[in-house]
Amino acid sequence: MDLASILLGGLAAGMVLFVVSVGLSVTMGLMGFVNLAHGGFAMLGGYAVVLAMRHWGLPFGAALALGFVAVALVAALLERTLYARLYRASELDQVLFTIGLVFVMVAGVTLTVGPETQGVQLPPWLRGQTDLGFLKYRTYSLALIAFGVLLMAALWLGFERTRIGAQIRAAVDNRRMAESMGVNVRRLFTLTFALGSGLAAAGGGLGAEILGLDPQYPLRYLAYFLIVVAVGGLGRVSGVFFAALALGVLDFVLKVHFPKGGTMFIYALTIAFLLARPQGLFGKRA
Amino acid sequence: MSLPAATLEAATRHRLRAWEALPWLAALGAFFLFPDYLAFGTQVLVMILFALSLDLVLGYAGIVTLGHAAFFGAGAYTVAMLAAHAGWNEPLSGLAVAALVAGLLGLASGWVLLRTHGLTLLMLTLCTMALLEQAANMFSGFTGGFDGMPGLAFQPILGRFEFDVLYFRTQYLYALAVLFACFIALRVLVHSSFGRSLTGIRENLLRMHAVGAPVRARQVLAYAVSAALAGVAGAVFVQATSYVNLAVLGLERAAGVLIILILGGYGRLYGAFVGALAYLLLEHTLSKAYPTAWQLGIGITLVLVALYARNGILGLADALRRRWRER
Amino acid sequence: MSAVLLETQGLSKRFGALEVARGIDFRLEAGARHALIGPNGAGKTTFVNLLTGVLAPTDGRVLLDGEDVTRLAPAKRVKRGIARTFQINQLFRGLPVLENVALAVAERLGAGGDMVRPAGRRADVLAEAGRLVELLHLGADAGRRIDELPYGRQRLVEIAIALGLEPRLLLLDEPAAGIPSAESHIVLEAIAALPPAIAVLIIEHDMDLVFRFAERITVLVGGAIFAEGTRAEIAANREVRAVYLGTALDA
Repeated sequence: MDLASILLGGLAAGMVLFVVSVGLSVTMGLMGFVNLAHGGFAMLGGYAVVLAMRHWGLPFGAALALGFVAVALVAALLERTLYARLYRASELDQVLFTIGLVFVMVAGVTLTVGPETQGVQLPPWLRGQTDLGFLKYRTYSLALIAFGVLLMAALWLGFERTRIGAQIRAAVDNRRMAESMGVNVRRLFTLTFALGSGLAAAGGGLGAEILGLDPQYPLRYLAYFLIVVAVGGLGRVSGVFFAALALGVLDFVLKVHFPKGGTMFIYALTIAFLLARPQGLFGKRA
Repeated sequence: MSLPAATLEAATRHRLRAWEALPWLAALGAFFLFPDYLAFGTQVLVMILFALSLDLVLGYAGIVTLGHAAFFGAGAYTVAMLAAHAGWNEPLSGLAVAALVAGLLGLASGWVLLRTHGLTLLMLTLCTMALLEQAANMFSGFTGGFDGMPGLAFQPILGRFEFDVLYFRTQYLYALAVLFACFIALRVLVHSSFGRSLTGIRENLLRMHAVGAPVRARQVLAYAVSAALAGVAGAVFVQATSYVNLAVLGLERAAGVLIILILGGYGRLYGAFVGALAYLLLEHTLSKAYPTAWQLGIGITLVLVALYARNGILGLADALRRRWRER
Repeated sequence: MSAVLLETQGLSKRFGALEVARGIDFRLEAGARHALIGPNGAGKTTFVNLLTGVLAPTDGRVLLDGEDVTRLAPAKRVKRGIARTFQINQLFRGLPVLENVALAVAERLGAGGDMVRPAGRRADVLAEAGRLVELLHLGADAGRRIDELPYGRQRLVEIAIALGLEPRLLLLDEPAAGIPSAESHIVLEAIAALPPAIAVLIIEHDMDLVFRFAERITVLVGGAIFAEGTRAEIAANREVRAVYLGTALDA
């Protein structure tokens, strides 16, 4: 495989990681809550997309939207009823709760749909290859890259230009000060959590062809989601973007050249990076 | 409780109580009463030791880690590779080397990782474990890779007690003896001033700094000791089952031991016993029949525990006892 | 004149554009009984955080016995003889009162590194911890967990821990805050019982306590020293009254 193909393949995978993980980064930066179940929302989204397309005949785009909304609602409900009880709890309790939640999600999906990997039927306009001039590449992957860039731009605009975005940024930087300035942090939590999980769901559906979709998804990629969030810097969307792209490309390259155990370098690099720079790419120093 | 009573309690907390003989009597009793289940029993004993090692670092020092299988696996692979490649299959010395390797790994990774905290630390413990898992995968020539190394043979213990492939009698008693020795050492450690200071670190890190304790040094030391114990557990596991594969370094095993410790009750040593027995018994009976329902059940249990019963079975027992006394 | 125990030179701290400490020059002698007062947000706790090393200054130095300790970690400063109580209790919440104090005493006596001898066998630690528990009238609660105690009693444990470190310099951040007025004499008695050579710096809003305890008073406003002097001088200082004391002392 030549360099350009590898790069594009890695970027596409990285974009999926970005879409899934950006929600986790913002909610972690905002709430300081260790949510190991985030990958579970991505998985649920993927399954929602697959089922909607298969049983209701929805087109891909509509199914993605449905997955986004459905999972966002479920996430908001879970946040209000369960997550909110553990905001003041110890890190251990949060870890236990979210691991338990993931197990429930994984088992639930296995029981209702089955343990097999699910495939997504891509719409015709996403299939095949596109001629970029210097190279022909999979349309789907190119679309993923484009989508990721658009999302990054949209999020950046959202955070920089809207009032809610400003509130989120303020609350991430200093929650108490934001509260004293009148920001309703509780409502912000729910909103951000719902949106973040919805995005993860969309990412799960979008990336099903690349990252796969099966009940083991949330646990298989747990380390990657956490790496992307920590390396990017909690609550830093741009950080998550670059970290996800870097991880996607690295993972792709390593899997091509060192299929057995090559990803060990990713873990080694992560450890080295975070020791040199514990706040991540763009995080603030504690 | 008044001062004289509190002082007495603090001064005698380390004394052996009569009921502490129970687990060991029960384990010996099981040897005679359940001769057909000693392979399972050996698994339980190994997991108790593994859970004890986690209790030191999580229950006492308050370090939340999802990667403790890194040390279990380090011990496991050390023994396996010594036996398979260096012809070194004397079990007791192999155990010592495994403890040393795992302990050094714990010292190095602890010294490096414990500069961080919270999510970053958690994630780095995962990364360390995944790093080792993939390294074992990559160097499959040495480690057997995904398929592992079956058929490892070990010399008889002390030259006399042969490993009993059919009924696991030797393995069981061996594991029990190792567990006993490690438990004694751990019990001494947690009741020492060092052990008490770990509790302080867990309860309030800022305060521990503010009383002049060398917090990081203590954490790293606890982490290293815990890693060595986990390594011993992994080594016994391989010696008893004659097999090792990547699963010893996997997230499933790391999550499993965490669940065991939490279920039993962390920060009290005996929680590891209760948790391992309860979890493995249930898993043995339920998981084979209904694997997905088992996972669902565990998930729901964890959620409930996190919300209502964070101190596990022994914690619930304590609460019940307290309520009974207050009637 | 007594030896200068603690000195700060031009101590400053900035958070972005927010200056919480401006060029503070401060001196404390051995045996001092000193109070730091000022309106809310004046930077008093920040100052203590800078002294203890919890916060690193953006400028200036902290000197202990003439030695520059500005870069020294908090735990090391404790070993050099600085102890503090926190404005909001920092206790070992799941542990009983006696254990809380014993942990501090154990560290001071160098027992904390002992990995073999049972903590219970260290009679010296337990005896000293017991003495401090009695000193602060906590004997009846010695075996109760911190999170089972009313806030005021927890505050007393906070002080007992600081005393257990046998410091040369004791920094008390609002020690009486949260203690019912009927019991606040306990704090004063405990401080009065301290060896005279210890320097004590109190941050307080309770003016009654301040004027009964302090020989010298520093007034901090907006992160900078507004006034400093003896008890009498500060009481008579009109500007201080205007800014902070109000007319409470006119009676």
